[in-house]
Amino acid sequence: MITSLSWLKNHLATKANLNQVAERLTEIGLEVENIRSSNDNLDNFIVCKIIKSQKHPNADKLKLCNVDIGSGNLVKVVCGAQNAREGLFAVYAPPGSVIPKTNMKLKVAKIRGIESHGMLCSGYELDESSDKEGIIELNKKEKNIGDKYFNNIGEKTLDIAITPNRPDCLGVKGIARDLASSGLGNLKKQTPIKINQKFNNPIKVSIKKEKDQGCGIFGCVYIRNVQNKESPDWLKKRIISLGLKPISAIVDVTNYVMFDLNRPLHAYDADKIDQEIIVRNSKKGESFEALDNKKYKLQNNMCAISDKSGVLGLGGIIGGTRSGTEFSTKNILLESAYFFPSPIRKTSKLLNIDTDAKYRFERGIDPNSIKLGLELGTALILDICGGEASKFSIVGKIKDERKIIDLETIKFSKVIGFSITNSEIKKILLSLGCSLRMSGKKIKVLPPTWRPDIKEDIDLIEELTRIKGYDKIPLINPEKENIKDTLNDKQKLFHFAQRSVASKGYTEAVTWSFTDSKIDILFSELKNEIKLSNPISSDLDVLRSSLYSNLMISAKKNIHRNFEDLMMFEIGPVFKGNEPGEQTTMIGAIKTGKYSRKNWIEKERNFDVYDIKNDALRTLNEIGIDSSKIVVSNKTKKWYHPGRSGLLSLGSPSGPELAYFGEIHPFIIKKFDLKIDNVLGFEIILNNIPKSRKKIREAKPQFVISDYQKVVRDFAFVIDEKYSSGEIINLVKKIDKELIKEVKIFDVYQGDNITSGKKSIAFNVTLEPKDKTLSDKDIEEVSKKIISTVQETTGAILRS
Amino acid sequence: MSEIKKIKEEYLLKLNKDLDQNKLNEIKTELFGKNGVVSTKFKQLGSIAENKRKELASELNYLKNELEELILKKNENIQNKEINKKLENEKIDITLPGRTYFAGKIHPVSQVIDEVTSIFSEIGFSVEEGPDVENEYYNFSALNTPENHPARDMHDTFYLDNSKDLLLRTHTSPVQIRTMLKSKPPFKIIVPGRTYRHDSDQTHSPMFHQLEGLHIDKNVNMGHLKGCLYYFVKKFFEVEKVRIRFRPSHFPFTEPSAEVDIGYKIQDGKIKIGEGDKWLEILGCGMVHPNVLKNAKVNPKQYQGYAFGVGIDRLAMLKYGINDLRAFFESDIRWLEFYGFDPLDVPTNYRGLSR
Repeated sequence: MITSLSWLKNHLATKANLNQVAERLTEIGLEVENIRSSNDNLDNFIVCKIIKSQKHPNADKLKLCNVDIGSGNLVKVVCGAQNAREGLFAVYAPPGSVIPKTNMKLKVAKIRGIESHGMLCSGYELDESSDKEGIIELNKKEKNIGDKYFNNIGEKTLDIAITPNRPDCLGVKGIARDLASSGLGNLKKQTPIKINQKFNNPIKVSIKKEKDQGCGIFGCVYIRNVQNKESPDWLKKRIISLGLKPISAIVDVTNYVMFDLNRPLHAYDADKIDQEIIVRNSKKGESFEALDNKKYKLQNNMCAISDKSGVLGLGGIIGGTRSGTEFSTKNILLESAYFFPSPIRKTSKLLNIDTDAKYRFERGIDPNSIKLGLELGTALILDICGGEASKFSIVGKIKDERKIIDLETIKFSKVIGFSITNSEIKKILLSLGCSLRMSGKKIKVLPPTWRPDIKEDIDLIEELTRIKGYDKIPLINPEKENIKDTLNDKQKLFHFAQRSVASKGYTEAVTWSFTDSKIDILFSELKNEIKLSNPISSDLDVLRSSLYSNLMISAKKNIHRNFEDLMMFEIGPVFKGNEPGEQTTMIGAIKTGKYSRKNWIEKERNFDVYDIKNDALRTLNEIGIDSSKIVVSNKTKKWYHPGRSGLLSLGSPSGPELAYFGEIHPFIIKKFDLKIDNVLGFEIILNNIPKSRKKIREAKPQFVISDYQKVVRDFAFVIDEKYSSGEIINLVKKIDKELIKEVKIFDVYQGDNITSGKKSIAFNVTLEPKDKTLSDKDIEEVSKKIISTVQETTGAILRS
Repeated sequence: MSEIKKIKEEYLLKLNKDLDQNKLNEIKTELFGKNGVVSTKFKQLGSIAENKRKELASELNYLKNELEELILKKNENIQNKEINKKLENEKIDITLPGRTYFAGKIHPVSQVIDEVTSIFSEIGFSVEEGPDVENEYYNFSALNTPENHPARDMHDTFYLDNSKDLLLRTHTSPVQIRTMLKSKPPFKIIVPGRTYRHDSDQTHSPMFHQLEGLHIDKNVNMGHLKGCLYYFVKKFFEVEKVRIRFRPSHFPFTEPSAEVDIGYKIQDGKIKIGEGDKWLEILGCGMVHPNVLKNAKVNPKQYQGYAFGVGIDRLAMLKYGINDLRAFFESDIRWLEFYGFDPLDVPTNYRGLSR
C-alpha cells in the first residue's frame, strides 16, 4: 500500500511530519518498508521546441535538429522521427536521463559522425503509449519551453506492508484511523455528500439466486451526459503517487476511491450494456476479453457480471473491454458491490489474475461501504465530468456475521504481561471503531464492519497491545530449568555421526532434498520415484531416494573445476514415499581421485575400497558399535562395483544393515562423465543403528590387570582362493575365544610359486593368557590346534 | 712412590689422552682383565702380611673405583662424540611437507544448528523433529491458515500430488502440532529443520532451514517471549548488549504476532550486529493462537504460550558474514572449506559457542 502525508491529511488532522508518521506506522504494525522520494529522473524530461530541422548529412532517414530547451539553451539532437519538424513542441531527454521504457541511460553519442546531445522522445519510450513511429507532439506555448514534462507529484510516498488480516488499511482512511488511535492526530469526520438524484436507474440489476453465488450486494448508479476527460492535476498527482498511470477522469476516480476508502468501484460504459445487469455464476466455456487485453475462458460457478449478450466482467476481479469506458463515453454505470472473499480467491487463482480490486475483495471489504463509495465516486465524476446521477440501486443483502466479543480485562495482563485499565481499553477500541458495552467485569465488544479479522478476545488483545506499543511488554528473563534432555538418542547419534565422519577428513555438504530423477534412479530401489507436481526446474523434479544423487552431481562440478581429489559427505533425509514420515536419515560419503598425488614421500595411489571401508567401520565404532559385533559380507547394491563393495551388518550377515561401502559402479561413473574413474563411497543407515541399552560405564566389565606376557605366533597357509580373510579370521578366533585376543592378516599373495586358484595367506595370532604364563608346551598345543583346524576345514596347506 | 700410586699416575696419563673406543677397551683390559694390572694386585693381596693387607686393599679399591669411573666417563664421551658425528650426517630438510592427512569440515548450517541448540538447551528447551513431507492439514489448516486464505500466498508451496494434500513443509511449524498431539503440556521445544518454498532467486533458495520454538505452560506470557528472544539474540551474536525491537505483525498461527528486528551498522564493509541505527528483521514470533492449541488438543483456557521461527541460514549469514544464500547448497568444495568449521569445534556454553 502506498500513501503520502498529504493524502493521509485528507483523513487525519495531525502536526506530525513524515518521519514521525512512518515511525509510528511501523510501531503499530503497519510496517513502512520504504520512504520513496519523488522520481527525480522524471524531472529530467522537459518541454522543448524544434527551432530547425534538416536532413542528417550522412543518413537519409535521420534528422538533425536544433532544439530550444529553455533558458536560452540550444542543443543539437539527432532524431529518426519523420514528424520532427521545425516549430514543433516536443519532449526532450537530456544526457544522463533514463528512458522509462527501456531503462537505458542516455549519453552524448555520435550518430553517423554527428554528436547528439540527448533525445526527442516518443510516447512508447516514455511508456505512455504504444506509438513508436513519431515523437510526441505537444500542444504548448513558447512560455512552456523548459517546463518539466511530467507532472511529478514532488512528494515523498510511504510504502507500507499491509498484513493479510488488515484489508481496512488498504485504504488511506484505514491507515489514518490507526494513526489517530495511536494518538498521532485526530480522524476527520466524513463530510456528508449531497448529490442531486432525480431519475431512476434505467438499467435493471439482479443477483441470480444460486448456490455459490459470489456476489452479496450489488450497488450502482447511472450517470448520464458525462464528458470524460483527463483528470485534473490534483487527481493525476494522487494516481501517479500510487505508481499508476492516469487514464481518464472516470477510471482515475474509481481508482482514487479504492485507494482512499478501500472501496473498489467499477465503471461501465452504460451504452454498451445489453439491456440489464445480471450477476450470475458462469458456465464452463464462457469467455470474455478483460481490461488487461487477455481473453479468459471461464469455468463453472465463477461470479460473472453479465448482460443479455454474455459476460461483461468478473465481479470484484476485472472488468471487460466490451463495456469499458473511453474518452467518448457519454453515459456510465458505476458499480459498488460486495463480493465474498473465498470465491474471489478461487477464481483468480484458477485464471491467474491479480488486480488491486481482487487483492482487496479476497481480504474482505467493508460491506457497509457500498453507499459511501457510490456517493464519493458519483460526486467526483459529476464534479469533473459533469452529467446527472440517477438514484442508487442497491440489490442483495448479506448476513452480518459479526459477533459480540466478551473481553475480560484480566486476560490482557495474563497473556501480555502488563496491565491495562478499563478506560484505556475503551478509548482504544472506540477509536478503532468498535462499539462497547460494560457487563459486569466483562466488556462486550462489537467490532466495526471493516475489521473482518476481529473475531474473538485474543484479536482485541492484539489490537490493544499494538496500539499501546510492544515496547510496553516487559522483558522477563528465561528460567534455566530443563523439563527433559535436550537431545534424544537419535539426535545424539546424528550429532556424533556427523562430526565423526567430518573428523575422518570429509567435508560436509548440505544439498537440496530434491534432485534430478535421471540421476536419482541410478541410486534408487524405489518402485516409483517421488515426483514433485510443481518442481522448480526439470532437473530438480523428484525427492531424493539416495544421498549419492546430489553428492555425485556436486562431485562432478568440483572435478570439472579440477578439484579431483575430494572427500565429501552429507547427513540428512532420503525419501521412500510421498507420505509424511516415509523418510530415513542417512549418511552418504564419497571419496574421489587419489589418496596421495605426486608425493615426494609416499607412493602415489588411488583411494581404494579399504580406505572407504575403514572410514565406515571407524565411524560405526565411534558412534558406539563394537568392532567385534560388525560383520563384513559381500552383499551389495546395484550402484556399487559388484566385486568391490560390501555390507557391514550387526551380529551376522543377515543382521541389521549398518552400512554399505565400495567402489561406485563403473557404468555410473562413465555416465557422469567425471573425467576421473575412481569414486568410492559409503552409506550409513542411521535408523538401523541400535540404541545402546546401557551406558558405556555400565556395559564395561571390571578391568582386570594381567601380569602375564602376551605371545604372538605367525602362520602361513596356501589356501583355496574362495576363502575370504574374514572367514579364516573367524575360524581361528573361534578356536579359543578366551585366549586368542587378535588374529591379524599381514600378507596375502597370489602369483609365482602359488598354484592358480590358490593364495598364500599369512597371519599372526596374539595370545593373551589371563591366569598363567604360557609354557612352550601350551603355545605348541594352541598352534597345533590352529593349524589342524584351518587345514581340516579348508584343505589349506601350511607353508614352512 | 708406592706401586699403586705409580699405576695410578701412569694410567691417569694414558686415560687423559684422546682415545677411541678400541683404545679405551684395551686400557680397560690392561687394568681389569684377567691378568690386568689391578686384577693382579688384588690377587696378590692374599700373600701380603695381614697387618698391611687391610691398608693395601683399601688403597687398591680406591684406585679401582677412581679408574673405573674415569673409564666410564671416557666411554660416555666417546659415545657422545660418535652420536654427535652421526647426527651431523643425519640432517634433513624439515621444510619438506609431511605425509598425507585429511581435514574435514562441518557445514555452517550444521554448526549454527548446534550453536542455537546449545543456547536453548541452557534455558530448558529440548529438540524435536518432524517430517519434511507434510500434509495440508499440519502445514496450514491446523495452524489456523484455512484454505483460500490470502495468508497462504506468503508460502509458495511444493506439492507432491495433484490434489494438493501432500506437500513439502513450508515452515517448521507443523512440528508444533505433531509435538503437542503426541504428548501433554508443558512444552518447551525447539525444532531445527529443512523447509521448502517454491521460490528461487539471488536471495531465495527453494530449500532453507528454520528453527521453530514453542513454549506452552500455564503462565507463559508475551514478556517471557521477549526475554527468551533477547537472551537468544545476545548469546547467539556473542555481544554484551543488543538493540532489539518487537514490531506488531501478523501470522495466522500466533496472536498477538511480532516481528523482531535487531540493530546493526556497517563498519569497514562488514555488518556489526547489536549497535547502530539500522534495523534488520531476523524472526517472527507471537503468542500461540487459541485455535492452534485447540487443534493440538491443548486446552487454551488452561494453557498458553509463545512460538517463534527464525531462518537458520540467515543467522549463519549474519554471524559469519556470508553473502550468498544459494552458495550454501551448491557444494563448491572451496566454499565449504572456507566457511566450514573444524569437527572438533563443538559449540558448548562452557567453552564458548565459537572460536
